[in-house]
Amino acid sequence: MTVTLPTTPATIIEVNAIGKSYGAVNALSGITTKVNAGQVTCVLGDNGAGKSTFIKILAGAHTPSEGQLLIDGVAVTFSSPRAALDMGIATVYQDLAVVPLMPVWRNFFLGSELTRGTGPFRRLDVKEMKRVTVEELANMGIDLRDVDQPIGTLSGGERQCVAIARAVYFGARVLILDEPTAALGVKQSGVVLRYIARARDKGLGVVFITHNPHHAYPVGDRFLLLNRGTSIGDFEKSQITLGELTSLMAGGAELDSLAHELERAERRS
Amino acid sequence: MTTTDIMTIATRPRVENRPIRRILGRPETGALVAALAVMIFFSVYTTTFLTLPGAGVWLESASTFGIMAVAVALLMIGGEFDLSAGVMTGFTALVVGILTTQFGVNIWVAAIVSLAVALAIGALNGYVVMRTGLPSFIVTLGTFFVLAGADLAVTKLLTGQVAIQGMTKVPFYDSIAAFFGSSLTIGGGVFYISVVWWIVVTIIATWVLLRTRAGNWIFAVGGALNSSRQVGVPVMKTKVGLFMTTSGAAWLVGMISLFRTSTVQANTGVGQEFIYIICAVVGGCLLTGGYGSAVGAALGALIYGMVFQGITFAQWDTNWLRTVLGGMLLLAVFLNHWVRRRATGGSR
Repeated sequence: MTVTLPTTPATIIEVNAIGKSYGAVNALSGITTKVNAGQVTCVLGDNGAGKSTFIKILAGAHTPSEGQLLIDGVAVTFSSPRAALDMGIATVYQDLAVVPLMPVWRNFFLGSELTRGTGPFRRLDVKEMKRVTVEELANMGIDLRDVDQPIGTLSGGERQCVAIARAVYFGARVLILDEPTAALGVKQSGVVLRYIARARDKGLGVVFITHNPHHAYPVGDRFLLLNRGTSIGDFEKSQITLGELTSLMAGGAELDSLAHELERAERRS
Repeated sequence: MTTTDIMTIATRPRVENRPIRRILGRPETGALVAALAVMIFFSVYTTTFLTLPGAGVWLESASTFGIMAVAVALLMIGGEFDLSAGVMTGFTALVVGILTTQFGVNIWVAAIVSLAVALAIGALNGYVVMRTGLPSFIVTLGTFFVLAGADLAVTKLLTGQVAIQGMTKVPFYDSIAAFFGSSLTIGGGVFYISVVWWIVVTIIATWVLLRTRAGNWIFAVGGALNSSRQVGVPVMKTKVGLFMTTSGAAWLVGMISLFRTSTVQANTGVGQEFIYIICAVVGGCLLTGGYGSAVGAALGALIYGMVFQGITFAQWDTNWLRTVLGGMLLLAVFLNHWVRRRATGGSR
């Protein structure tokens, strides 16, 4: 499944001055960015910056109260996550939407099971589902000989990868990954970042939510920085360095004053 | 880069994929071993247990509990309880008894009305649980008491007694009794048709659980409700369907007990809901949902039937039955807890 990339990457999602308010509370306002095929758009921000509100809008779980969401250049309003999924926008949430006690292959096809036969004899095509699971995981570089083991026995990084492989298999054009590396150690994070790169190389648009610039910078092509519900910048990789990204992430001036404060405190003691 | 990925995963210690390991990991294995142990014990200890007449007795005893235990097991795998399941068996029988003896309704029509009412109550249970987000334990406890009270009050109001009399005089009684209450005598042993129903229900439930989309959804909604929702499993439909299955099974058991004895008491089934749960848990179902088997629940009921009648055959004091059951339940829960820790503990 190789996708030939056009010379100028096609924009799949365009976000135009989008905002969301709950009653009088403004959770998000004036966010503009885009997601291109074969590129990774990183969304960075501290806790409470509005990252989850933003991805919920992209995923169709929330409707924006202002601004426009364009898919392939056409303005859309998602009525449900299912509607977003039907347009090829798949979200891998932090809890991964897996059922720990169920086998890997049942998890892989959950909600979209393959069946054969008709009427009362309509049954799961177990053989085919196992075969596809093994194959798709192998495509992502995961070699699981026993897809019958409960998914809960896999490591965090592997589970993340199964969730990503599942979204790719079910025709995602855009993958939204909600803090996939947040709960992982250094090594496991590396594994997940590699799969993000692999999904990107397959021509998918990836939205990578994180608060770690060191994870974002190596795989990212575009960086959207959020702070308290507003955008503090939407940069292409050529416009920003890792140092600048880190400093902006940490709130720039705020970090400087914090450093200053800590320094003095140290001196005093 | 591919090779390194494969290496990291291949070098991870994995659970051995041997057939024996796999069999030991199945939810019903414990119940199967226990059932064999109980059977061997009473076969050796008493002379009547392993004879055709003896088997007829304990199979009959196990069958109605088995039908309910299988339905309750599906519901438990789906993450819910139904405490009204016991009283529902009496309720459905009373509906038929009252409609036919008091209002002269055709017995087949009465049976179908009874089924429709049972399914409606099951659907209501499920709908209320899902809409309010309250634990099914509380919601169905409410249904349980509402039905238990209504059973007694309405029966007494209409018949002046606490039991239905004169069922056999109702037209077409024999035509319907053949389906639910008939029996076959083999070598002096009386085998009731309820045993056939029990086996059929177990086979259908196993097929649904392991080989259909609905079965996949049952495991999923019980194992992780939010995840199921996120991947598009019809959560409401699955749960309501499970409650309706339980009340449907209760109707079947209600018909079996009505047409086997040709009478029904106003308090029939009260208190049995916990025995169904015990059978399901002994059969390997997790109380927390997402894990279990229909065959296991059927074996749990078989153990119940064998212990119940075995104690009688051995001429022990049957008052100890509940103590034995309680001990079995605790053992089963410890075993299940251990299995679950192994399944989910993994390498986190």
